[in-house]
Amino acid sequence: MPRWFDALGSRLNRINSVVLTLLAIVSALIVGVFVIVLSDVEAMQSGDFGTAFSEVANAYKALVTGSVGSLRAISETINNSTPFIITGVSVAVAFRAGLFNIGATGQMIAGGTTATWVGFAMDGPGFIQIPLALLAGVVGGALFGAIPGVLKARTGAHEVITTIMLNYIASFMLLWLLTTDLFQRPERTDPISKFVSEASRLPQVFGFLEGRADLTAHSGIVLALLTVVLFWWFLERSKMGFEFRAFGMNADAAEYAGMRAKRLTVLGMVVAGGVAGLAGAVEILGRYGYATQSFAGTIGFDAIAIALLGRSTPLGTLLAALLFGALQSGGRTMQATTDVPIDLIVVLRALIVMFIAAPLLVKAIWRVKSAEVTTGQTFKGWGS
Amino acid sequence: MSEVATTMLSAEQRKRARNVGIGMIVLGVVVAVFFTRNPGDAGFVLSPDFTLIIPSQQFAQVLAVALVGAGAFQLYRGWGKAASVLLAVGTALFVISFLAWAASGGSFNFTGMLQDTVARSVPITLGAVAGLLCERSGVINIAIEGQLLAAAFTGSIVGSILNPWMGIVGAILTGMALGALLAVFAIKYQVDQVIVGFAINFLALGLTSFVGQRVLTENPEYNFLKPFLPVEIPLLSDIPVLGPALFIQNPFVYFSYAIVIASTWWLFRTRWGLRTRAIGEYPKAAGSLGVDVLRLRYRNLIIGGAVAGLGGAWWPVGAVGRFDENITGGRGFIALAAVIFGRWHPVGAFSAALVFTLAEAIRLKLSNLNTGIPSEFLLSAPYIVTLIVVAGFVGQSRAPKSVGQPYNEQ
Repeated sequence: MPRWFDALGSRLNRINSVVLTLLAIVSALIVGVFVIVLSDVEAMQSGDFGTAFSEVANAYKALVTGSVGSLRAISETINNSTPFIITGVSVAVAFRAGLFNIGATGQMIAGGTTATWVGFAMDGPGFIQIPLALLAGVVGGALFGAIPGVLKARTGAHEVITTIMLNYIASFMLLWLLTTDLFQRPERTDPISKFVSEASRLPQVFGFLEGRADLTAHSGIVLALLTVVLFWWFLERSKMGFEFRAFGMNADAAEYAGMRAKRLTVLGMVVAGGVAGLAGAVEILGRYGYATQSFAGTIGFDAIAIALLGRSTPLGTLLAALLFGALQSGGRTMQATTDVPIDLIVVLRALIVMFIAAPLLVKAIWRVKSAEVTTGQTFKGWGS
Repeated sequence: MSEVATTMLSAEQRKRARNVGIGMIVLGVVVAVFFTRNPGDAGFVLSPDFTLIIPSQQFAQVLAVALVGAGAFQLYRGWGKAASVLLAVGTALFVISFLAWAASGGSFNFTGMLQDTVARSVPITLGAVAGLLCERSGVINIAIEGQLLAAAFTGSIVGSILNPWMGIVGAILTGMALGALLAVFAIKYQVDQVIVGFAINFLALGLTSFVGQRVLTENPEYNFLKPFLPVEIPLLSDIPVLGPALFIQNPFVYFSYAIVIASTWWLFRTRWGLRTRAIGEYPKAAGSLGVDVLRLRYRNLIIGGAVAGLGGAWWPVGAVGRFDENITGGRGFIALAAVIFGRWHPVGAFSAALVFTLAEAIRLKLSNLNTGIPSEFLLSAPYIVTLIVVAGFVGQSRAPKSVGQPYNEQ
């Protein structure tokens, strides 16, 4: 068989997966229409579905204009996507090593906390402060990520359980820190941290445009893109990345080949934690400039959906994170301009993940005939 | 030969025995350093007309010596089989000493705290039983949280419009529907079970928040019902301390006892249960003996959904009388931990749930006692306890072998 034939085949296959992804998104949007219409109590009572459907049209239009419709919308999308990209990589790198990192939230909190501390406690020029604070974030996240790694390697406690517990613990520890004299803003009584120094703030992307203070996009997006590139390099070119992949694909075979499972378990969680810690630092230094208890929000949780959606590949994770970021800013516009609450976004995301995870279902709905689809399991058992 | 085998300990066992000894000594040192500081008596109110007075300082001193002594003996000679019992008793006394330290100079309602512990355990226990029914048949259920949340939502709406009992029915049906959804995706389409579980969680969170905001905020009458009141079981509730804690309770607590007993009997005493365990361990073998693996998995996932649905109904019908956005607040994930800590056994799951909710009930009591411990530490205590307990005990438990793997019929 000539080589070009193989190449063509794999190319068709790739197009196929793009088509399937688009179909999955369309399917989710269609289900979303039903969700909006069926939850319209007035329309259900009066039987007048015309206004309900026009509301759907307005809502979906707002989703688009609010995410990419203007420079301001794009700026919002950039800011929303940045933490999604980085935490998405955190979860994805763990997945590649066969680990399930539900703890990106906690690691983000840990990294954000250490970065905040460097940001307000130290005083220096930006070219020292910013790298130092980012590094502090990575270290904070990595140390916090090491806890579930060490626990799994030493006791066999599954990281799904320990990372969930550590998320709560991190959140309460941050809340406590925010009430101590070290962190709390002196003039405030509520739990909120001091501002990081002006020099530690990440520069604005659109800073060169005059009079557009509403464009708040910060250069964390550059760091996020670098993280993706580094993730690709790590997986494809580095020895440790190779070990991660081998361990993630078949832990027994990897051990047989001389790799040390416990070491890789700890390292996998440390790397994932460090990346999530970077996300926390970027959010503090780029977006907020100070820490509150809820600064990490549900980003670490959404990151799981992002990594799953992107099949834990660098490019896939990036695209999924951009999609989630766009939905986030579009959703805010939708909530502001129509009667449709932003929670629709959570529904849409769940549906997209579901449909993409079930290519057989999408194929059945849309009657697509195409090449074989692969189904795999991320879960490697409880390991005890 | 056999005598030698029983007296010789494996390296693993010796390591465990050593850890138990170290654990006892650590507990003893903590008691000696922290809990001996407050002079004064602590009153444990056991019943309206009996208060147990514990001199906190002396109690802690005696306990510290006993714990360190027991730990040292464990390291030196070994208590053998009595070691785990001793550790359990020691931990219980440790908790009492902690409470005595916190309450010294005052008193608090000890029996009420236990009552609170049992009442709060309902959704975690039922969620964990739901999880283990699925996992015993070889499918991992990460979607417990979503099942609880969605069931709480419909339970509240149906319960408000019709009556609380119908609310329970609605909640159970919702749980079953989500169980069926999980089953279709995991079994028929062989989707990654963790992905679909997570997607169901997001779906439940999104749908309940979305519909809640669109419908319930404008129509509060759809989200308001009278929750069940505690029911006293005659005779049994007369047992001191444990009687009121276990048998003056919300009907949901009795439902959860019933589910725990029934599922234990069902898993370990019936043919169906035996087959369930078989398809969770080695589905190929069970299949070759004529068990319809896929059908049984469908059935068990839907039954698991029903149990989780009952657990979800606890919020509107058993506790607060309404639905709030994300009212479950991660209890489904605690239930997931309880499955593992409970060693995939319903009674174990119930005990695991009690460990978590005891920590929570203590936290609630302590916030009234003004101990000087920052409230954020107390808030994180249940999670820290779960973390320690899972890390300390998980090594002894073993998951069903084929959990998480789809089954192909050839």
